Amino acid sequence: MRKLSLVLASLMAVAFTFATVPAKAGSHAIEACLITKTDINPFFVKMKEGAKAKADELGIKLSTFAGKIDGDHETQVKAVETCIASGASGILIAASDTKAITTPLQQARDAGLLVIALDTPLEPITAADSTFATDNFKAGKLIGEWAAASFGDTSKAIIAMLNLNISQPSVDVLRDQGFLTGFGIDTKDITRWGDEDDPRIVGNEPTNGNEEGGRDAMEKLLQKNPDINVVYTLNEPAAAGAYEALKAAGKADDGILIVSVDGGCPGVQDVKDGVIGATSQQYPLLMASLGVEAIKAWAENGTKPANTPGLDFFDTGVNLVTDQPASGVPSIDTKEGMDRCWG
Amino acid sequence: MQPVLQAKAINKRYGKVVALDNADLELYKDEVLGVIGDNGAGKSTLIKALCGAVQPDSGEILLDGNKVTFGSPIEARKTGIETVYQNLALSPALTIADNMFLGREIHKKGFMGKFLRFLDQSGMQELARTKLSELGLLTIQNINQQVETLSGGQRQGVAVARAAAFGTKVIIMDEPTAALGVKESRRVLELIGEVKSRGIPIILISHNMPHVFEVSDRIHIHRLGKRLCVINPKDNSMSDAVAYMTGAKEPPNS
Amino acid sequence: MSDISKDLQDQPKFQDEIGSKDQDHHTFELEKPNTLKKIQNFLHGNPTMVPVIILFVSVAAFGLIAGGKFFSAFNLSLIIQQVTIVGILAAAQTLIILTAGIDLSVAAIMVLASVFMGKLSVQMGLPTSFAIMVGMASGAICGYINGWLVTKFRLPPFIVTLGTWNVFFALVIFFSGSQSIRARDIEANAPLLHFFGKSVKVYGAQFTYGSFLMILIFIILWFVLNKTAWGRHVYAVGDDKDAAELSGIRTDRMLLSVYTVAGVILALGAWVSIGRVGSVSPTSFYEGNLDSITAVVIGGTSLFGGRGSIVGALFGALIVGVFSSGLSIAGLDVLWQRFALGCLIIMAVGLDQWIRRISN
Repeated sequence: MRKLSLVLASLMAVAFTFATVPAKAGSHAIEACLITKTDINPFFVKMKEGAKAKADELGIKLSTFAGKIDGDHETQVKAVETCIASGASGILIAASDTKAITTPLQQARDAGLLVIALDTPLEPITAADSTFATDNFKAGKLIGEWAAASFGDTSKAIIAMLNLNISQPSVDVLRDQGFLTGFGIDTKDITRWGDEDDPRIVGNEPTNGNEEGGRDAMEKLLQKNPDINVVYTLNEPAAAGAYEALKAAGKADDGILIVSVDGGCPGVQDVKDGVIGATSQQYPLLMASLGVEAIKAWAENGTKPANTPGLDFFDTGVNLVTDQPASGVPSIDTKEGMDRCWG
Repeated sequence: MQPVLQAKAINKRYGKVVALDNADLELYKDEVLGVIGDNGAGKSTLIKALCGAVQPDSGEILLDGNKVTFGSPIEARKTGIETVYQNLALSPALTIADNMFLGREIHKKGFMGKFLRFLDQSGMQELARTKLSELGLLTIQNINQQVETLSGGQRQGVAVARAAAFGTKVIIMDEPTAALGVKESRRVLELIGEVKSRGIPIILISHNMPHVFEVSDRIHIHRLGKRLCVINPKDNSMSDAVAYMTGAKEPPNS
Repeated sequence: MSDISKDLQDQPKFQDEIGSKDQDHHTFELEKPNTLKKIQNFLHGNPTMVPVIILFVSVAAFGLIAGGKFFSAFNLSLIIQQVTIVGILAAAQTLIILTAGIDLSVAAIMVLASVFMGKLSVQMGLPTSFAIMVGMASGAICGYINGWLVTKFRLPPFIVTLGTWNVFFALVIFFSGSQSIRARDIEANAPLLHFFGKSVKVYGAQFTYGSFLMILIFIILWFVLNKTAWGRHVYAVGDDKDAAELSGIRTDRMLLSVYTVAGVILALGAWVSIGRVGSVSPTSFYEGNLDSITAVVIGGTSLFGGRGSIVGALFGALIVGVFSSGLSIAGLDVLWQRFALGCLIIMAVGLDQWIRRISN
């Protein structure tokens, strides 16, 4: 038994050596790293696909990493360290902890890597060489404005807030506070949700960003106040779950406004089907491909990407998708939304 | 007279170590055979061969004159050789009735039993109560109490009752009084007498000389992998027995 | 302490010889049990009562704190709906915990089965009943794999299922592409998958078919565990594996069958979850593994195996649901709901230990 293990171990060692040789031989290819928040959120899955497609097109070797859940900072730190060690030219990162990740990222920049933040800006934004982001606050504000305009007499609104989780990651806070601002509600402390005292808000419940959580959260809030007529959801899976709860309570046809953010194809389809009233569409594929291009440019001739004029990041844009446009709130219809959607 | 259980020329080695060297044993009807031997003498291996836990390299085991082989203790149990293990092999969280019938449960008659596989729990409880009282174990009040709530002696009683309950031909008891106090050991020895009077012969392995001498009809002394001699407790003293066992003294007939 | 009194009871001779003075001392000792001890004794004899009592007390307490919103027929029945999935997960988990094992992969097995059910019927157009069968088979196979690794390689169930949790979850992401299958699409192509989401209204209370199934699962399991040989063997294997082996029980076969049966229950849960959530959601129930263990533990089943009633898990799940709903309606911040749940777990286990302290 011992001899067998020894033989196996030696075989494995030999195999490893052979496996690493081609990598060394081909090290002239530019290497890039993509670090996303999780591998289970379709948004980041799409981002990864977009990055891979662009990388293949440009002949860049892309290594991908992801945290286990939204908020998993540790895995991202390890990924940054691995990237530095592997000799990559640049790192694309959608950070879970936008403050704490700046430390290992600074080490990467010191080692000559280009650091690009995707989707969520770092704090401070200058901790990255460049940021291809989406303005989550603006995304929330758009749906807030739409909801207010569509609702009519907003003093009669009874609002349910469906959030991500209790650790309040930045995407969660930005979209929530953006929505409230757009709707016209005082956000009190704009760096956190749940501290508002407007009587129109029934409450905040976490959903983990999935359908199951959406259903549970909606049910709980309905129990607090069965007359809810506006539902803010932080993403489309949560909205789908919330709709199921409303349906089960016999309220599916009561004209309750459900708004969301993401713009994935299933979400846009839900807008088309009337499940969601309006959603803010973001463009993860665009972020990813722009990011990969930037790393190529950096590796080849040391140029850094430019920001959107007037902003300190490159805004990959957001569009309100709805088939019931509200006056004063620019939007695109679901047909165009489906063309531009991801997933 | 034909022995109920007989081992003939059993050999067993573990690598270079010889555990059993042409070992013999006879157990006759209506007797308690004490088996003693120093540590390493091979008596536990012999017992394991008899109860099916170990397979001999060579030699024969005869039950009522018929050759038998066991691949496992369960196979031995099927032929009627029951063993009361030193750790009792009782499930502490299960009830007395559960334990009595573990592995050989009785199902209800008809549809409930055949298709739904429902157990005849009241039937098993009745039977358990009967078996326990047959052996004079009346201090146990509730047949549905968990075995872990019983005292050491009561548990031993349940284990013995279980061994005696299923058409048994032979009972092997391994160190039954080792973990018990004076009072409870007394009860177990009485129990052994009860079982013997029901016509089941018993092989009793023990290190406790007074106990062995008290209940055994004959004492099998095992030494160096084989049977040294069989003595009558009435004709020999305990110190003699110990002397034969350790080799300090030669037995009268070897 | 109780041993001494038992011995003293066994020997009337001893008592008489000692004399009346000491006898008084003896009887004084026996009359000591105050109400606390009496409660402890009662609960020790009927351990299943603990979660039942906690449940009633908490329902009453939240009724007072949160008022009519909590205490309505609708809300109470809603709680049953909310705990249905965790309840089914907990039923499967109980089976495994009874064998002195633990299964960290229960939710992953369930979600994987739901992915197969959804993918085959909605995306590949196969007949829904076939897709459901494949899902059930997937649950059974996953359970069998767990059982096989535990018995064949003698690995601790904690380690095995820690590994298979990751493996099954990776398969979930792989087969689903991380995408949910929309409720609308399921409604259009495979409405049978929503079967357990249908509900009936009874005097203001609303029950889903899924909740009925959950209760049915518990009833069947109760009968099997208490009235059949297989059920008793489950306890025996968890209580003392060696004793079971020596009694003629093929413990390896038992374990394999337990894990497989658990897998089938989980697949049923998958079907119910599609009805509850509406879509096939690969990211849902991520915390289901720990939630199921929480329900089992609060329900009073020992993690050491061999003891505990299956209905404990049902009450455990209900207790968690009651707390969750009650605290939410009472307006407590979500943060503190979590805090309260943690305290609940510790108190429930502490209470359980206190009751057991009599026997040892």
